[in-house]
Amino acid sequence: MTNIEEFVKKQAEVHGKSRESLMPILQAVVQSERFLSEEAMVAIATELDISTADVFGTASFYTFLDTVPRGRNIIRVCKTITCHMKGKDAVIGALEDTLKIKLGETTSDRRFSLLQANCLGWCHKGPVMLINDEVYPEVTPQSAVEVIQEYLKQK
Amino acid sequence: MENKIKKVDLIFEKIDYVEILDRTFKRTQDEIILDIIDSGLRGRGGAGFPTGLKWKFAKNEESDQKYVICNADEGEPGTFKDREILTQVPEKVLAGMAICGKATGANEGYIYLRGEYNFLLPSLYKVIEEFHARLKELNFDFTIRIKSGSGAYVCGEETALMESMEGKRGEPRNKPPFPTTAGYLGKPTSINNVETLVFALMIAKEGPSQFKEMGTFDSRGSKVFSVSGDTPKAGIYELELGMSLEDFVNEFGDGDTKAVQIGGASGYCVARKHFKETVIGFEGIPTGGSMMLFNSTRSMYNILTDYLEFFEEESCGQCSPCRVGCQQLLKGIEAVKKGIKPPAYLDDLQKLSETMKLASKCGLGQSAPNPFNSIINNFREEIIY
Repeated sequence: MTNIEEFVKKQAEVHGKSRESLMPILQAVVQSERFLSEEAMVAIATELDISTADVFGTASFYTFLDTVPRGRNIIRVCKTITCHMKGKDAVIGALEDTLKIKLGETTSDRRFSLLQANCLGWCHKGPVMLINDEVYPEVTPQSAVEVIQEYLKQK
Repeated sequence: MENKIKKVDLIFEKIDYVEILDRTFKRTQDEIILDIIDSGLRGRGGAGFPTGLKWKFAKNEESDQKYVICNADEGEPGTFKDREILTQVPEKVLAGMAICGKATGANEGYIYLRGEYNFLLPSLYKVIEEFHARLKELNFDFTIRIKSGSGAYVCGEETALMESMEGKRGEPRNKPPFPTTAGYLGKPTSINNVETLVFALMIAKEGPSQFKEMGTFDSRGSKVFSVSGDTPKAGIYELELGMSLEDFVNEFGDGDTKAVQIGGASGYCVARKHFKETVIGFEGIPTGGSMMLFNSTRSMYNILTDYLEFFEEESCGQCSPCRVGCQQLLKGIEAVKKGIKPPAYLDDLQKLSETMKLASKCGLGQSAPNPFNSIINNFREEIIY
């Protein structure tokens, strides 16, 4: 049994094997691996006894359930209206320069992915970015880069 | 100048919920529901369905299992009040769910929390654990669990939310049957917005009259507003319903307000010339709380493009009026702006938006035309030139 198969099996024990468990299991895999590999989706389908197409169909519906490889830290900058008005483009520009990647890409060392997201629910404190589950409201290009540098210091 | 904006403090007021629950659990289901109906409380998520009636429908269903759901999939651009409520007074939300459980005969409750708010999970789990202990002392059988979303706006639509909870793609169902008849796992379910549940608790605390005396005939009580955009006072405010937009702008505007988007991306854009006669409430323009102010430095074309991009991405794609319609509205205004299509093409697009309103399956496709039409009608020249 591979690591991911074992992980999925363990999650199925925690959340159960009914169809309602699919979301929590998908979310747990993404939490740990940052994306859903083909291997993971096949393992989930086998464990819950549903078709792989059902697993992929469900996963691909949700923005946060990525089915393409992502970095260890996923940066999501809010792109919706008020964050747009308050300067999210400059924040993204600064992050692109720092990470040497374009929006939508992942750094070659797989440490960061830079993405945009629809409204994150911090319109009064825009622009806002989410790194994994952590929220950073009222960021400036400079403070966003400082946050990234903090992440870079961690191993 | 007289200040016509009345601030209220019901939602964020700290109260002893245990005493209220104790009192409420001793009442009959009908008594609780009648109070909610009498108060005139309508759903605070945006659609505004009378809460008491919803509970009554769920109560009247015969079933071995019923559910209560707290809709915390707050995804409407410009809305952030539910996050604030769940941060400051989560125990009041849970107490509102328990009252709904008592009134409808459900012993299981779920909070569907949007994935963007996952950072709230640790504190919510703690509050739920304490809450369960209090319920045990009161000898009331009710369990609350959390289900997380994963970044899909359409899951705020109640039936899409239930599909998602069942582990499926968040595609809205056909209605009827309504959730009070066949909701989560096909069982009778009363699904309420976070804020609605807190108001239900406050009505259980004070009786219906305090709530009923506030607001207007169609819009009773108060409402939490999320104010953002070009304003020096961005933030959360609980205000009495029924004020005019002019009063609102006098309080929150920056002196140069050109337009206000009421009700988020799926709401309506009101231009300055209409501020005076526009009432914020169910008799005028209702809102789930989102109030976005724009001053004269803003391009309405950019704002509309932003909204349409949002809908184009968030449409679930299940029905063609919405899937294709959202794409075409966006492509259409881009083409008019570039001069590829003549200005009169906007009239064709408005016809298409009528079709979307009539033929889309759920609220997303039915309301995506709202910002489109209201911006085109008020700021046509900004879209063309």
